[in-house]
Amino acid sequence: MSGEKLAQRSYYGKALAALAKSNPDFVVLDADLAGSTKTGDFKKVAPERFFECGIAEANMIGIASGLALSGKIPFASTFGVFATGRCWEQIRTSVCYPKANVKIVATHCGLSVGPDGATHQALEDIAIMRALPNMVVVVPCDAYEAYAATLAIAEHDGPCYMRMGRSAFPVLKDEGCGFTIGKADVLREGTDVSIIACGQMVQSCVEAAKILESKGISVDLINMATIKPLDREATVASAKRTGTVVTVEEHSIIGGLGSAVAECLTEEYPVPVRRIGTRDVFGQSGEADELLAEYGLSVDDIVAAAEQSVKQKRK
Amino acid sequence: MSEWGIDDIQNFANRMRLDVIEMTTAAGSGHPGGSLSAADVMAALYFKVMNIDPADPWKEDRDRFILSKGHAAPILYAALAERGFFPTDELKTLRKLGSRLQGHPGYRDLPGIEASTGSLGQGLSVACGMAAAARLDGKSYKVYCLLGDGELQEGQNWEAAMFASQYSLSNLIAIVDQNKLQICGRTDDVMCIEPLPEKWKAFGWNVKIVDGHSIRQILDALSDAGRARKKPTVVILKTVKGKGVSFMENNADFHGRSCTPEEYAKAVSELKEVIQ
Repeated sequence: MSGEKLAQRSYYGKALAALAKSNPDFVVLDADLAGSTKTGDFKKVAPERFFECGIAEANMIGIASGLALSGKIPFASTFGVFATGRCWEQIRTSVCYPKANVKIVATHCGLSVGPDGATHQALEDIAIMRALPNMVVVVPCDAYEAYAATLAIAEHDGPCYMRMGRSAFPVLKDEGCGFTIGKADVLREGTDVSIIACGQMVQSCVEAAKILESKGISVDLINMATIKPLDREATVASAKRTGTVVTVEEHSIIGGLGSAVAECLTEEYPVPVRRIGTRDVFGQSGEADELLAEYGLSVDDIVAAAEQSVKQKRK
Repeated sequence: MSEWGIDDIQNFANRMRLDVIEMTTAAGSGHPGGSLSAADVMAALYFKVMNIDPADPWKEDRDRFILSKGHAAPILYAALAERGFFPTDELKTLRKLGSRLQGHPGYRDLPGIEASTGSLGQGLSVACGMAAAARLDGKSYKVYCLLGDGELQEGQNWEAAMFASQYSLSNLIAIVDQNKLQICGRTDDVMCIEPLPEKWKAFGWNVKIVDGHSIRQILDALSDAGRARKKPTVVILKTVKGKGVSFMENNADFHGRSCTPEEYAKAVSELKEVIQ
């Protein structure tokens, strides 16, 4: 039901449990966080195909590679900082270079991890995964889309990275929604400003769009759940409709969705791009909403940025 | 099991040594030292121990080999070519633009290459994953993984060692080419890894130590490996870096450089003398 608060990782766990029953080649690996990442749901269904790797992420990625090169379809999960940063070069050499069919699925990404603070808030993961050849990068916007995206990356033959948050937040999509890798989800078409967002921030952008519309600003809103390969066609089409773009992500403005959109538009249809995200800083402890406000990712910040973009355009 | 005897295998090892010298000299770069130290075990694996078929390189129940010390790619290419996986003529394309013989092995670039390696410390983890997959599929193939001794300074090896032990991967055989040298000098000086057998034992492994240049000892150790109940096996090979070429033996300088024309002539003449 739209608006209901659900955690993405819970639906990731449900999707894994469904996959466990569908095909004996699915295997799951975790690094002592199965309770948090919800991979434990898979273990309940198929304990013999669940590999507890202990607190050793680099090894977990290598094991996943070996399983994939032997015909298995491994999902390897832990928190975003450790799933991508601790073992980046293992992902590069043992997964992406041989195009091993490994799915790296991270939970606890972004500022909204909250009180655990800077060490546990992945704000660079999209950038470092996006830079790897052969890697697909997916950032679903809510729990239902996380479920659908899990099934979609399971079908895709090759390395994938999927990013999720920690907390429960309101769902936007319908239960049973589909997911196509590389296809933008245009939530509304408008003429004054494009807002392109991913992950949990899409929900905030929906709220921001309502406020902007009430102020007479027509918003073109895209849920860009695949960062790589980016839906360039939809990005350019949106820029053509509005002439100015705001990107919003719970990630650094360096290398993430904002960069991907800016790279595309610079090459194909140059318009101003304003990026909302953390601005080359680490996070800190705090509650999720406090942190989003502190680092300029609140609904008000999105509204202000969009208004500025419109103003800049009219000059 | 092949019909080749110990003398044949020794001869293949020496031919592979000659291939290594020829291909790295033609390339003008590469890692001959650690390729030569591993020649004997590679000949034993490819001409006797492993269940492999050059005519059907990806057959389902084949034994797997992973060269974790990927810089020794020349000896892997030599073994595959001499065993008939691809033409020996192609060896001279090593490290050239567009070649299947990359500076470090690329997964399936050539028939028989099971993983992308060269970034040290990753091969044993991949081998563990393959051994675990065999277990899940009820297959009896074995997974062999050749490691350098300097490479064991990478902590990921010990993560993999714990995993193999925890999951009782008795179908996994690690082989350590202990030539005691690495690029900057003696392993004992750079970062001592001793006591090596005790370390592996402490991680729950079945440990064998043999002369890495005795084909008979290597065959004995490997034929027995994989039989330890519920334990992975490591075979520590006592080797000489640059083995088979007098001026390269125990010389860290040849870890990562190829021969000059004069050195090449001398190396070739020494090796040709022992090849039948």
